[in-house]
Amino acid sequence: MSTLLVIGVDGLVFASWLFLVSVGLSLIYGVLRILNVAHGSLFAVGAYAGASLVVAYTQGGLWPPGTFLMLLAAALASGLLLGPAMERGVLWWTYGREPVLQLLVTFSVFLILEDATKLVWGVSPYYAYQPYQLLGQVRVGGVDYPAYSFLLLAVAAASGGGLWWLIRRTRFGRVVVAVIHDPEMSVALGVNLSRVYVATFALGAVLAALGGAFTAPMISVVPGIGVEVIVLAFAVVVVGGLGSLEGAAVGALLIGLVRAAAVHLLPVLELFTIYLVMAAVLLVRPMGLFGRVEARRI
Amino acid sequence: MGGSTRWGAVIAVGLAVVGVLAFPHTWAGPVRPAEVKVGIVTFLSGAAAAPFGIPARNAAEVLIEELNAGRTPAPYQTRGIGGATIRPVVIDEAGGAEKQVAEFRRLVLEERVDLVIGYISSADCLAVAPVAEELRALLVLFDCGTNRIFEERSYRYVFRTHGHQILDNVGAARYVLRLKPEVASIAGINQNYAWGQDSWSTFRDSMRKLKPDVRVVAEQFPRLFAGEYSAELSALLAARPDVVHTSFWGGDLESFLIQSMPRRIHERSTLVLTTGDTVLPRLGQQVPPGVVIGARGPHGALAPNVPLNRWFREVYARRFNVRPVYPSYHISQAILGVKYAYEKALAANRGAWPTKEQVAAALRGATFETPSGTIRMALGNGHQAVEGVAYGITSRYNSATGEMELTRVLSLPAECVNPPEGISSEDWIARGFVGAKCP
Amino acid sequence: MTHRTRAVAWAALGLLALAGTLLPRWLVFLLALALAKGLAVLSVAVLMGAGLVSFGQGLFFAAAAYAAGFAMRGWALREALLLLPLGAGVAVVLGAVVGLLVARYRDIFFAMLTLALSMVLYGVLIKAYAVTGGSDGIRIPAPTVLGLQLSGDDARLLVYYLALASTAACAWAVSRYGASGFGYLAQAVRDNEVRVAYLGASPNRTVYATYLLSAALCGLGGVLTALNVGHVDPGLSYWTTSGELVFVAVLGGTGSVLGPLAGAVVYELIRSYAFKYAPYAWQMMLGAAMLLIILFIPGGLWSPVQRLWRRQAA
Repeated sequence: MSTLLVIGVDGLVFASWLFLVSVGLSLIYGVLRILNVAHGSLFAVGAYAGASLVVAYTQGGLWPPGTFLMLLAAALASGLLLGPAMERGVLWWTYGREPVLQLLVTFSVFLILEDATKLVWGVSPYYAYQPYQLLGQVRVGGVDYPAYSFLLLAVAAASGGGLWWLIRRTRFGRVVVAVIHDPEMSVALGVNLSRVYVATFALGAVLAALGGAFTAPMISVVPGIGVEVIVLAFAVVVVGGLGSLEGAAVGALLIGLVRAAAVHLLPVLELFTIYLVMAAVLLVRPMGLFGRVEARRI
Repeated sequence: MGGSTRWGAVIAVGLAVVGVLAFPHTWAGPVRPAEVKVGIVTFLSGAAAAPFGIPARNAAEVLIEELNAGRTPAPYQTRGIGGATIRPVVIDEAGGAEKQVAEFRRLVLEERVDLVIGYISSADCLAVAPVAEELRALLVLFDCGTNRIFEERSYRYVFRTHGHQILDNVGAARYVLRLKPEVASIAGINQNYAWGQDSWSTFRDSMRKLKPDVRVVAEQFPRLFAGEYSAELSALLAARPDVVHTSFWGGDLESFLIQSMPRRIHERSTLVLTTGDTVLPRLGQQVPPGVVIGARGPHGALAPNVPLNRWFREVYARRFNVRPVYPSYHISQAILGVKYAYEKALAANRGAWPTKEQVAAALRGATFETPSGTIRMALGNGHQAVEGVAYGITSRYNSATGEMELTRVLSLPAECVNPPEGISSEDWIARGFVGAKCP
Repeated sequence: MTHRTRAVAWAALGLLALAGTLLPRWLVFLLALALAKGLAVLSVAVLMGAGLVSFGQGLFFAAAAYAAGFAMRGWALREALLLLPLGAGVAVVLGAVVGLLVARYRDIFFAMLTLALSMVLYGVLIKAYAVTGGSDGIRIPAPTVLGLQLSGDDARLLVYYLALASTAACAWAVSRYGASGFGYLAQAVRDNEVRVAYLGASPNRTVYATYLLSAALCGLGGVLTALNVGHVDPGLSYWTTSGELVFVAVLGGTGSVLGPLAGAVVYELIRSYAFKYAPYAWQMMLGAAMLLIILFIPGGLWSPVQRLWRRQAA
């Protein structure tokens, strides 16, 4: 019984992290139809920015819970800086081209940003564990969990809920939905497509950086962390259905729980879980759990 | 076929014939050079750069500068290598084995380096070593851990100047049993690739040999560079082992420690970190007390208190504001071993510049001094070094050094933690460490 | 294939044959590696011809390379002319099974499913330590060609000419395929699947067959890479390897047979010089070079050549 409880909590903790690092990818795909490989570098930049802000803030000896605000600020700053720059500077040139071309453009950007972060932050690791340890522990099923894990859960829920509200309840959201369904018609109705694109991409970039910033306190921030995130995020959004917000949440939950079960019950399978879940879901539901079947051209 | 095509075909066949007939052949005898060009291959990008690649490159940089200036203490006072300036050519180890094989060929054939010191990844070591043999190029492996290299085949031109993973994990098992003779259950969390798998099976099998009633209660293998170990930590906490072994390194080890602190796993189990020394200067107080720390041999905080080590630590720390860690020591062993071999060959050659074969002969079976103490090339027909190993346990934080202090340090000699010549590591452990001499 | 393409192909073959003896040995090795990878890139391009992007060609690349490795170690089979068909055969058999699953998929779903399956192979190779040597991989001895056993430089040169001959043969075969009814059918699937179905052909069956062809090509590339490098490890099956193949295919241009091969050579050269001149920022150099090529020559490196010809022909 307590094993099941622990598996559930572990799965939930991992799922909330997965959701946080993949929801931006799903959003950008949903609107721009671009699979953004540079998502990984935005994650890394967010982590570096978050870590260095926390380090600077802590050295100043200020009010400790302020470090959470620093993480948030880092995510906003790096996402709002890099997102529009990437969209206007590079992606803008590729609209209407083949999807694979767009994907490779983002891959090139990923390679460039990978070394750029190294030039800015060097190769030595950054640590920002202060926020991680600030909240103490929670005991569940005889096992201590850092309360930070549950904060992460809250952050994931807040960003998911916020995004849902933005898309379903605001004017901006209605425009975005219109663009998703029919870009041409939206333009005919007076939607400024390029503004929607840059805003969405910026938002997706902020979410990627947010995932990085809130990951920073629990890891050692070193070069190469970005690449690890890409495939995880891809897997989550493909399982859930590309471009679907609910899908990303359910996909993250499914992968999180299966992985936690594997770790506790059959550690040999841990390496395969993500790919097995992905393959299994695609075989049963080719468009992912929440994917829409698109009309075929005749 | 059109006319142009036919002409093209004729030309192609003609060129192919010319090509096959004219094999290239160029060889020049060694003349005394003004400089010795050393290819240095180490991770400059990716996850292995920060913990291994850069500390090694830094050590190479400062050591080569000091050697070239003739400022190194005894027995290495001569300038450079036999008076010739050492010129390093540094390249990145990223890109996988196939890229590294291509780059090694380029270093040897195009850059015309006199030798290559390199490789942290075991896969790269295994892939490049046969190429060195094929090209008759001197290669000194400086950091990779697999014991397979010289146990699978023998080499003429390839050397490894540090001990392989066997000594880390046999040493860890012996240390744990001296520290806690009553240990009843063990668990492991290791990265899911050869290094992690090798390290864990060596440790587990050694423990079983040394204390047959020990139980293995958990074997976790998270993905390499996973960075998130929440579920694994829960599983380890739930299993309540006396000892948790890990060969995690770099960012993974640091992330693991950061995440394990609030979960108080160190209060339930004794953590054994075979590469723990690398994180001591970095994480400071974030390493809890009571953790068993290794350094893959007598390196870093566990290095012997000899003049060469004191000097090495000082020049390194002065330049980089942090003390050297074991990859820095490993590369210093390679560089000093090469210098030693060249100068020995030079002396044996009565001052004439030695050939690669003479240098290799001088390094074979050699014994030389390094910041890590005396290195003996005792295995693999004199191509594979043996080292002792040291372990200690963290006690209290020293604010002067910014590190946790180590107590109950135990140094085990090379004969205790390395298999003797002629027997594979696996057999040696299976047969109960035949011929091991431990204090 | 136009006359001009054929002439260029022959001239390229001649130049490459000459290159084997004239160029420095490290460059010859790099070329051999590029040609071997070129075959894998060609296999990606063949799939792209049917409108499919695979991010899991590493599956065949690694499976064939390991098959060759096991045959050499287990059965002491050293003959390259047997190893090549063996590797390709293993890849085709694997493709026949996997193809049953993936032939129904298109677009990003095809890409991700193939990626997932190649990562499963990666996991198996890492896990089956006793058999595969885990992530450290296994060593591959020098092969014989027609019973001819050479050593040192000559062995390298032999492998180079083997790679050259295989690549030339495959390039010829793929160009014949492209000009065949079958090739046109694949193209039609890319352009409009529903119409193909209305015309009475089966898109899924066409995709399946194309997938097998690409598996065979990729398998040959895998064996040649293994023979060249002398070592195989699970990295061959990792998603970055597959991604790189797609990258190079787009770089070279997928519209012709020569594009992917030229792309492979150019890519290896750029990467090698980036390693040499910018050891600390080679990824940035590579990324910038690729970005410029994709933005300014969107059809791939080969497309300006084709455009020039077309203009002259018009």
